[in-house]
Amino acid sequence: MERQEILKQVNEVFMDVLDNEDIVLSDTTTADDVEEWDSLTHVQLIVEVEKHFKIKFTSQEILTWKNVGEMITSIENKIK
Amino acid sequence: MMENKDIPTFKELKKILKQTDTSSLLKIKVALLGDSATQLLVTALKGEAIRRGFCLDLFEAEYNQVERQILDPTSDFHAFKPQITILFQSTHKLLTHFEELPPQQRNSLAKDRVDFLSDALSLIDGKVIVYNYPEIDDAVFGSYANKIDSSFVYQTRKLNFELMNLAGTNPNLFICDLSSIQNKIGRDTAFDSSVYTSTEMVLSIDVLPFVAQRTMDIIASLQGKFKKCLIMDLDNTLWGGVIGDDGLEGIQLGHGFGIGKAFSELQLWIKQLKDRGIILAVCSKNNEQTAKEPFEKHPEMVLKLDDIAVFVANWETKVSNIMQIQQILNIGFDSMVFIDDNPFERNIVRENIQQMTVPELPEDPAEYLEYLYSLNLFETTSYSANDKDRTKQYQVEAQRVGERKHFTNENEFLQSLNMVSEVEGFTKYQTPRIAQLTQRSNQFNLRTVRYTEEDIQRLEADKEHYKCFSFTLQDKFGDNGMICVIVLEKKDKDTLFINEWLMSCRVLKRGMEYFTLNTLVDYAKKEGYKTIIGEYIPTPKNSMVEKHYTNLGFQPLENKENQFVLRVEDHEEKQVFIKKKE
Repeated sequence: MERQEILKQVNEVFMDVLDNEDIVLSDTTTADDVEEWDSLTHVQLIVEVEKHFKIKFTSQEILTWKNVGEMITSIENKIK
Repeated sequence: MMENKDIPTFKELKKILKQTDTSSLLKIKVALLGDSATQLLVTALKGEAIRRGFCLDLFEAEYNQVERQILDPTSDFHAFKPQITILFQSTHKLLTHFEELPPQQRNSLAKDRVDFLSDALSLIDGKVIVYNYPEIDDAVFGSYANKIDSSFVYQTRKLNFELMNLAGTNPNLFICDLSSIQNKIGRDTAFDSSVYTSTEMVLSIDVLPFVAQRTMDIIASLQGKFKKCLIMDLDNTLWGGVIGDDGLEGIQLGHGFGIGKAFSELQLWIKQLKDRGIILAVCSKNNEQTAKEPFEKHPEMVLKLDDIAVFVANWETKVSNIMQIQQILNIGFDSMVFIDDNPFERNIVRENIQQMTVPELPEDPAEYLEYLYSLNLFETTSYSANDKDRTKQYQVEAQRVGERKHFTNENEFLQSLNMVSEVEGFTKYQTPRIAQLTQRSNQFNLRTVRYTEEDIQRLEADKEHYKCFSFTLQDKFGDNGMICVIVLEKKDKDTLFINEWLMSCRVLKRGMEYFTLNTLVDYAKKEGYKTIIGEYIPTPKNSMVEKHYTNLGFQPLENKENQFVLRVEDHEEKQVFIKKKE
């Protein structure tokens, strides 16, 4: 899957979980840029992304991402 | 994990919470004390509450303050004054604690925790729901842990066992069976290691709706909302095949290999429900005689006609038949469950009777039972030994309805019933039944005050302030058991206030309310009271008694809405056909 396609699908998961159609993610988006994205919804986002791509992140990954781009890279590596 | 169409996902619960205006819902004050991160559990609980028509006013203690909040009488928790307190201490924290104990103290882990809980209970007002402990097999001893009382596995199981004992003796304590949930859906689904590591949440997102469901089952039941009746379709629901086409020999039922076993085991389960006090009814599109044949003749049928309170088999629509069943039983649709293998019938019933629970049974009958287990439809917060007689009482009621048709004159009919009522206070023996009546009765209930067994004993003991009455009713068809409960409050030397007046709807239109009032007036006269005051507190369910007091000759009290007064000397005795048992 192309990186761009992954980003698009992650974006859809975010819109669904956070119940906000206006979210536009890019590689540099961080939690500070999205209003509803807090430590609580973060858990939910990760679980839904995992379900969507049928993958499992390690806790190390979850704790170290600095932005959406790094999450996309993790996904990319797992579904290759 | 098995697909479950009747249980919402966490995402759906969150949406419900976000999108619902809760201002018109009944508010319940609940405190949640936990030793792990509980914010998402709170979201799930609130969402699930809304689905059942409640709004949780929820106090969430700060992280890991269970002991402090309970033991300190000036804590925020005590100031909040919850009606219900949920204690959620996790197996993870228990394990950490266990590992820190000196080895020689490890075999007292369960006892210490139960002792703490027992002390804590004495400091908490209201009801307490304790989450029990889903097991973690730490594999330190392997299966040998079963032989070692200082192993964590041994202590966790002992703890869960001792919690049951504690709950058995404490009427205000209810165990929410988290351990059962984990058994059902599996530890690897119920617990997510990476979520736990990054957030301190011990419940996975996927298990949250199940925990919320089981918790709200208890809370709703405490509010008087629970299932009383199971209505069953027959063909391909209670047995395999179609009795009208396949005949008695052709339907699938019975032990051994094959699908017949699934139906037999389903029936065994239903029979247990019936013995526990759930009323069974049949609603089937069939000729009545054909439909009854398996019940009468099939050797593998577990359920007999005797187990069924109302049997309706004809070619009318299921909706109208279910309405007929509801009229005979005289209980709310929201206390009924309907099972049917046919998705089309289920949908029609669901659309027309929205309050009714209609599980989305799996396509394969082999999966029915496990699926029904997962829904936990029949939660209860009370149980008394005479619950099992309920079916008999409803069958007798169906007979009475038949008998009534032969009499043109109502009085003549009532007289023919040879009714006898036994009037007593709240005896110890009856305590569970009385408490249960106050929790179950919704329709003929003037103030809908719910009492626990403890409350009942307290009221009876406090002779200075209260006078309690219980009434039974027996007639030529059978014994209805206890059907009416009265609590009089002695306001002052002249005035009695009716704190509780409830009656079972089974005995409507028998003159029982007149008989009861005569008893109250006799008591008032004997003790020198001049007036009796009654109050009607409206709820969504008790409009049938809106005019109760005016019908009995009470006058509305000025400047007190919904309160009514009867001057004892103005009371005119109505003719009743119930004799007092001496």
